[in-house]
Amino acid sequence: MSYLTLDGVKKSFRKEEVLSGVSLGVERGETVVVFGTSGAGKTVLLRLIAGMYEPDEGDIRIGSESVVGVGPEARDVGMAFQNFALYPHMPAFENIASPLRARRRPEDEIRRRVHRIAGLLRIDHVLHHLPRALSNGQKQRTALARSLVSGPSVLLLDDPLRNVDAKLRYEMRLELPRVLRDFEATVIYVTQDYKEAMALGDRIAVLIDGRFAQVAPPAAIYREPASMAIARLFGDPTINLYPCRPSANGEGVGVELFGSRFALPPACEEAAGRDCLIGLRPEHLQIGMERSEGAVPVELDAVTPLNVRAVLLLKTQAGEEVLASCSEADALRFPRGHRAVWARPAMETALLFDRESGERIGPRRH
Amino acid sequence: MQRTTTIGRIVRWILLLLVGLFFLFPIFWVLLMSFQTNAQILRIPPSLFFEPTLENYAALISGRLETAAGTLEISFMRNLWNSVILSSSSVLLALVLGVPAAYAFARFRFRLGEDIAFTLLSFRFAPPLLVLLPLALYFQTIGLNDTYIGLIWVYQLIVLPLILWIVRGYFEDISPDIEHAYRVDGHSWIRTFTRIAIPLARPGIAAAALLAFIFAWNNFIFALILASADKQPVTVGALAFVTASGIQYGQIAAAVVLSVTPTLLLALYAQRYLVEGLSLGAVKG
Repeated sequence: MSYLTLDGVKKSFRKEEVLSGVSLGVERGETVVVFGTSGAGKTVLLRLIAGMYEPDEGDIRIGSESVVGVGPEARDVGMAFQNFALYPHMPAFENIASPLRARRRPEDEIRRRVHRIAGLLRIDHVLHHLPRALSNGQKQRTALARSLVSGPSVLLLDDPLRNVDAKLRYEMRLELPRVLRDFEATVIYVTQDYKEAMALGDRIAVLIDGRFAQVAPPAAIYREPASMAIARLFGDPTINLYPCRPSANGEGVGVELFGSRFALPPACEEAAGRDCLIGLRPEHLQIGMERSEGAVPVELDAVTPLNVRAVLLLKTQAGEEVLASCSEADALRFPRGHRAVWARPAMETALLFDRESGERIGPRRH
Repeated sequence: MQRTTTIGRIVRWILLLLVGLFFLFPIFWVLLMSFQTNAQILRIPPSLFFEPTLENYAALISGRLETAAGTLEISFMRNLWNSVILSSSSVLLALVLGVPAAYAFARFRFRLGEDIAFTLLSFRFAPPLLVLLPLALYFQTIGLNDTYIGLIWVYQLIVLPLILWIVRGYFEDISPDIEHAYRVDGHSWIRTFTRIAIPLARPGIAAAALLAFIFAWNNFIFALILASADKQPVTVGALAFVTASGIQYGQIAAAVVLSVTPTLLLALYAQRYLVEGLSLGAVKG
């Protein structure tokens, strides 16, 4: 039985439907990352759970109680806002202490708990500063501390790393799971950074057009995206997509791609005879200087080193652009300038999407 | 380089001096007049050098005006006191009524909300006499004529819209997320209003209150029609100086100095709230 339940939640603003029937169950202690592009309705979803908005339809339950119609102050949730929303006229200490003061805890307990969380987030030396004297990173940690300090049953984090610099973002991405585990909180984490989603989520819920297009663990989202749209959102560089029409012959189902015929794994049989898009992740293309079994000739246009991995821009003989990635060490083997190389796609990892609907039709889901 | 900045500075000082002289000279002249007798004031050509006298102030404070035609009783100090009572009570009442209303208009969309807000503003469009004459008849019937309560009520026509519209703008400038965060922390909406919204809008409330106080203080026509001598503020009371034996310029000047002082002190005091920044770095810049 899920601890936090969204049941067919709908919300419109001035006739524009932002959420059209969203359902989700979050277990106690689980972190679910709500991922979507900006304007997908992620923040609205959090605000519905926090009680700032009420759903037009559907139910929100925390524990087994419906919280629809219950004021934000009575829901026992903690929330960190994207814009921090600190109280400008109170020092950091009072900002963090606010949820405890609302619960009328004794003064010594307030002091103890604020100092504990501040120590954990390494802001204990700035507790007497007003928000305007804090750096962005400190503001963000103060906001996070405020949302955590009372140990709320549900923690809502609205893209808390959005407005901090890259170094701190990287640190916090490593640190946050530990902090969240310490507090055993049930967490909804909103982000539009797929790496953050993959790093922090026990599960990822992908919000597209006001619906959850897929709710699954990070690895499953990456390997078996439910649709083309999801496949494109996860992965950098983005997945290569080409129109194709798989067909069956004596040897099984195959596909005509880059001027050659490639065999598809058996789980892709359903796609035979349908107009499809085939998706190949850049890291699933093996690039070599010599011809090898199952490789097609392509032209190497550019190599972009990205420290750990290099991105290769290739062009097939028909002129289609292909993105591939390989380790930096491998990339050093390719001389500068345009060059003829061979590309061997790992077809066992290929994804097939219906061209009309974008739904994945191969490989079949298990 | 140094030369041009020096010249620039001198030019700027001269310009500032001219502007200052233009606006402050009348006040300075009134201050001088308040220490002169009527004869000294009316002498031609006027002179900056004179024997200062306190008799104008003495006359105002004692309430006895000596003129060529004889002694005249005036109630200037009482008028001044009336002004203080009327202006401060009106502003206090308008704050109690107007600040929550401004918050409601800023935060909630409700039916006819904009219409109500605009109607309140429109009280300031009509010439006061338009409403005053019928109002005077009503007041006589219901017994509010010549009472502080009646006047304070009518003063709301001036101060309430002012406070409502200025404070509303300040409330709108506060990020709603700050208030949302406070409620999610577990505080009721009323505490959110008193602990978050009001402190953050305080510079705006101070500015609006000061402005409203000045407007109320300077009002003339309401009390002229709706009150008799013992309830009238200084603005109306000053009419007493236009006597049968001539206009008592010295006393008028002294009265002006005395009646400007409270507002001036209040403005100086409120200044620090006015300059206090509103956006204090609560949300990202």
